[in-house]
Amino acid sequence: MAGLELLSDQGYRIDGRRAGELRKIQARMGVFAQADGSAYIEQGNTKALAVVYGPHEIRGSRSRALPDRALVNCQYSSATFSTGERKRRPHGDRKSCEMGLQLRQTFEAAILTQLHPRSQIDIYVQVLQADGGTYAACVNAATLAVMDAGIPMRDFVCACSAGFVDGTALADLSHVEEAAGGPQLALALLPASGQIALLEMDSRLHEDHLEQVLEAAAQAARDVHTLLDRVVRQHVQEATVLLGD
Amino acid sequence: MKETPLSNCERRFLLRAIEEKKRLDGRQTYDYRNIRISFGTDYGCCIVELGKTRVLGQVSCELVSPKLNRATEGILFFNLELSQMAAPAFEPGRQSDLLVKLNRLLERCLRNSKCIDTESLCVVAGEKVWQIRVDLHLLNHDGNIIDAASIAAIVALCHFRRPDVSVQGEEVTLYTPEERDPVPLSIHHMPICISFAFFQQGTYLLVDPNEREERVMDGLLVIAMNKHREICTIQSSGGIMLLKDQVLRCSKIAGVKVAEITELIQKALENDQKVRKEGGKFGFAESIANQRITAFKMEKASVDTSNIEEKAEEIIAEAEPPPEVVSKPVLWTPGTAQIGDGIENSWGGLEDSEKEEEEGGIDEAVILDDTKMDTGGVSDTGNQGAPIVLSDSEEEEMIILEPDKTPKKIRAQTTSAKEKAPSRSQVKRRRKKRTAN
Repeated sequence: MAGLELLSDQGYRIDGRRAGELRKIQARMGVFAQADGSAYIEQGNTKALAVVYGPHEIRGSRSRALPDRALVNCQYSSATFSTGERKRRPHGDRKSCEMGLQLRQTFEAAILTQLHPRSQIDIYVQVLQADGGTYAACVNAATLAVMDAGIPMRDFVCACSAGFVDGTALADLSHVEEAAGGPQLALALLPASGQIALLEMDSRLHEDHLEQVLEAAAQAARDVHTLLDRVVRQHVQEATVLLGD
Repeated sequence: MKETPLSNCERRFLLRAIEEKKRLDGRQTYDYRNIRISFGTDYGCCIVELGKTRVLGQVSCELVSPKLNRATEGILFFNLELSQMAAPAFEPGRQSDLLVKLNRLLERCLRNSKCIDTESLCVVAGEKVWQIRVDLHLLNHDGNIIDAASIAAIVALCHFRRPDVSVQGEEVTLYTPEERDPVPLSIHHMPICISFAFFQQGTYLLVDPNEREERVMDGLLVIAMNKHREICTIQSSGGIMLLKDQVLRCSKIAGVKVAEITELIQKALENDQKVRKEGGKFGFAESIANQRITAFKMEKASVDTSNIEEKAEEIIAEAEPPPEVVSKPVLWTPGTAQIGDGIENSWGGLEDSEKEEEEGGIDEAVILDDTKMDTGGVSDTGNQGAPIVLSDSEEEEMIILEPDKTPKKIRAQTTSAKEKAPSRSQVKRRRKKRTAN
């Protein structure tokens, strides 16, 4: 795709957004009835579904039980129809394993696992349509699902991706911008304290620009937090109205 | 084999030492261990030693048809294997989490950063491209696998030479190494991973953790950079919470370290190039140190035995008479055994007649003895119940004269083989009558 202008002279990206602008986010909680917690999120065209079961007894080998904490088990799967070309293996390949490990690392840091020793919390994430920023969408969906399940967490975990083109940092990359080969950063943040739960970067970026990109990603994550917070409050309000209180 | 857990006192010791800015091997906080790079006889083969962590890298190439959506680019394939010789905890099928993490990190570091020019690997667009395969094997695990592996990968790629190819119209000629010198790969830059280990919720930081430090760390941050200070990959793992300025500080440290390591790599490559040109010896055999003691064998010193008898008599005459030593054989009653040096077995105090059985006796009870001593010396406690008496032979007792040496069960099974038995030192201890044979 030679000559594709990721950032025009007036500062507009391919889809008409500004450099620091996020895509439209729509989220719903409590999508499934039988799961303990579930959530669905749409970030632009990226659609992700997260389901949480737990805390429950450890399935399988009891020896994996941790005596003072809960075990967090994450599985990532992307549907075969999620990308432009049909994927052959929805799960079990290296990328999905890595994604599962990263999600686990993110949520083990955020969930208050000390409150549920010797138990297991399962988080399953499914990507229905991948248009860039899949890790971020998975984390955001999983946060909402964990909240829906009522599992105590330190704070929201909000994630966003960021890139760097022509001296400007872009927030929330779409698939076209990711495929162009520039540097991409994925960041998962706990907004209240500003602590970074996961940081991942690909492709070459000069050290001097690192701060700028980190800041753009952090700001985008904080914007995501505002939106997710609103979604949670609205859901709780609807639930209390239905309960008739 | 499951990994032996780290004891609490060792963990506390390591953490306290880190709090006082001390490392067990005497390094400073930001110091790397010694890096040694050695090359094999073929191009593209190298071993990198980071302290005691050892990684072998090998590059190979093959002509294949390209991927459909990338018809003009060559294919790169990376594979890191954790060999079972690296650590007892590495078993096939048991290391998947660590393996996935390391492989993905290496792939992202080397492939996504475009350190190799894949367009130059194209021979005929859409039909034939070079597939470069980098295989890394971890030979010894002493911490910080990812750094050693990334250095090994990039050194092997820089060292590798692929066969020369020429295209004339429709004809493609592949030259063997004898016809034309092989051609090096075109490498834009050398990304090197630097690992930072965090302790005590991010308060303390160490560069290049060794195996013990890795066990007690909270989390790891890996930054891959090249010498132009371009960051190729960042990966945080292990569940630590980082702050933005911590990340920026680490990237500055990484810049310094990468410059040093890149210089080292360049020097090693130049040295190897020089040695090959001058016709000197090269290869792994040359780079293994000769002065290391791997097996110890003393040469037999010759002793002058000409007047040994006189000397011996002199010594004996001068020496004091030896004290009276009466051997006290420890008798076991049938069906009991004793392990260790506790108090004496008092079960057999009623049966004194067994003392005579040391003398005389027939050797026909070989089979009997086998069943009695069918387990090793220490596991005799299994025989606690009724003793197995097959015949009324007087040799029912197993009299252990030296209880600290466990008798082994290597006995000749038949009586005809008892001529061989006296030559075994263990049997002498068990049967006094046998040594008379």
